[in-house]
Amino acid sequence: MAVSAIGAKPAKRRGMNYMQRREATAGLLFVLPWLISLLVFTVYPVVASIYYSFTQYAITQAPVWIGLDNYTKMFTTDPAIRVAVFNTLYYTLLSVPIGLISSLLIAIVLNLNVKRIGIYRTLFYLPSLAPPVAGAIIFVIMFQPEGGLVNGILQFFGIKGPAWFIDPRFAKIGLIILSLWGVGAGSLIFLAGLKDIPGDLLEAASIDGANSWQRFWKITIPLLTPVILYNLIMGIIGSFQVLGAAFVIGGTTGRPQEALLMYMVHLYRTAFRYFDMGYASAMAVALFIVILGATLLIFRSTRSWVFYESEGR
Amino acid sequence: MSTSVKREAPAAVSGPMRSPTSSSAARITPQRLRALISHVLLAFLAVIFLVPFYWMFISSLKTNQTMFSNPIVWLPSVLHWENYASAINYPGFPFLKFLWNSTYYGLGVTIGTVVSCSMVGYAFARLKFPFRNALFYVTVATLMIPWVVTFIPTFILFKEVDTLLSPVGIKVLGTYLPLIVPAFGGNAFYIFLMRQFFLGLPTELSDAARADGAGEFRIFWQIMLPLVKPAIMVMAVFTFLATWHDFFGPLIYVSDNSQYPLSLGLYAFRAQRTTEWALMMAASTLATVPLIIIFFFTQRYFLEGIKLTGLKG
Repeated sequence: MAVSAIGAKPAKRRGMNYMQRREATAGLLFVLPWLISLLVFTVYPVVASIYYSFTQYAITQAPVWIGLDNYTKMFTTDPAIRVAVFNTLYYTLLSVPIGLISSLLIAIVLNLNVKRIGIYRTLFYLPSLAPPVAGAIIFVIMFQPEGGLVNGILQFFGIKGPAWFIDPRFAKIGLIILSLWGVGAGSLIFLAGLKDIPGDLLEAASIDGANSWQRFWKITIPLLTPVILYNLIMGIIGSFQVLGAAFVIGGTTGRPQEALLMYMVHLYRTAFRYFDMGYASAMAVALFIVILGATLLIFRSTRSWVFYESEGR
Repeated sequence: MSTSVKREAPAAVSGPMRSPTSSSAARITPQRLRALISHVLLAFLAVIFLVPFYWMFISSLKTNQTMFSNPIVWLPSVLHWENYASAINYPGFPFLKFLWNSTYYGLGVTIGTVVSCSMVGYAFARLKFPFRNALFYVTVATLMIPWVVTFIPTFILFKEVDTLLSPVGIKVLGTYLPLIVPAFGGNAFYIFLMRQFFLGLPTELSDAARADGAGEFRIFWQIMLPLVKPAIMVMAVFTFLATWHDFFGPLIYVSDNSQYPLSLGLYAFRAQRTTEWALMMAASTLATVPLIIIFFFTQRYFLEGIKLTGLKG
């Protein structure tokens, strides 16, 4: 034992050598800002959110422990949250699948190997550059009932368009169409996935007599499922937290008639208009649990529909 | 690519000698038909995606009286360019100040994110220090934590800091500090991304530099960092874009009108001057143009980044 003192193992046993110590010190210094940020801006706020959710906390006074009252309030005495949950689910259940399918379709068309694909790629991405506030205002103008662009075009075809953002029955549809304006970014993710599908695989299938329809369903779609999974999860997380456009168009009351009162709008006004931080925190924690649950549920389902080329990637 | 060449070859051989106007130009091969269909489809889709931009721009040149004329006017006979001057000089809404604030906010967050995430990502990839892997797993786990469950305690925290520092004359609320300072702590997603990039670099370079006695920071700064410039650019353009778009951060922390960024200024203008449609559109156009300019100069980083977020996220 004592003889092999020059070896690496005993050196390690005695602790780190100079070089290792220097590297460890540098490493710790490099991550120090992140470590602090992790504790101050992530760990502490999550713990505090959970704590506040069990308190009555009107920001000016110290929080008072009230147990589960905020959570029972959600299910009993707050009618607005029911509206908000309904609106958010309505929005999610329509905008996510439609968005997913249309971005996939655009990607497929983009992948048809035409010339100047770069220009189209750019054009489809441009809406993602428009500031969300600007996008929302543009859509309000385009969907104006009288003299708006959309109803003007519908009128040209002899259709009388609805009042969109003024009619509670159509406001959410308008918001969903606005969300579809931004599907180009998702298309580019799909396009990258399509480009990754080995050409010889498709060629082999066509030699074996598979037509393009079969190739699409038996090869392209299965190989694309990891990307579909990613876009699906991101889409759901994003639309559960939809806020900007709904807030710009409908304000904190979700005009018209609470049709655009999304969960996050209600949460925002609870915190920063009513200064009911306790209840707002309970809403935040509840949404967090729902997002986590939805994500886990989708991941559990992946075994039956997501195809991984090589396991453990 | 290769398949289309192969398939086209027999057609060229079977036909007579190619003459510029012969039937070969007119012959509809499946490839040509497919290319034509996809071009028509893409052009049609591109027009739909671009119409909102066109409508924003053309509406910015109309008057509030002709804005919603029925039937719709695609190209007004009189173009009111003076709307832009009116939007910039609108009393109570200092446009140039908003523009500066957005730039300041965008640059501050971008610099903070780039500095911190590249250092932390580097440390996770290339430096050995105690608890490195544990800390990295925690970092990845925080990717699952949505903004909603941290923003209320974070706001309260900054409010406390503000109360604490106000006797010394330092204001925290009502400034961009709460929005920019956390960026210097890092961002889990970009740390993850940078780590992936640094892992892909060869170790020989840093080993050689270390043997030559270079300090760890110098190795990072002078040798490793220049090698991941594309990744830095991806991170920078997306961070800047997201910050320019951000609306809720400033809504929560910034109170004085003169401190608004463009997104918030636009929102306030729409909320308070509900019928100044033309000026709203002029301001929206002006708020979008800088992003489109940046996009055209940094396009490849955007496209690269979209691929990365889609496939590694």
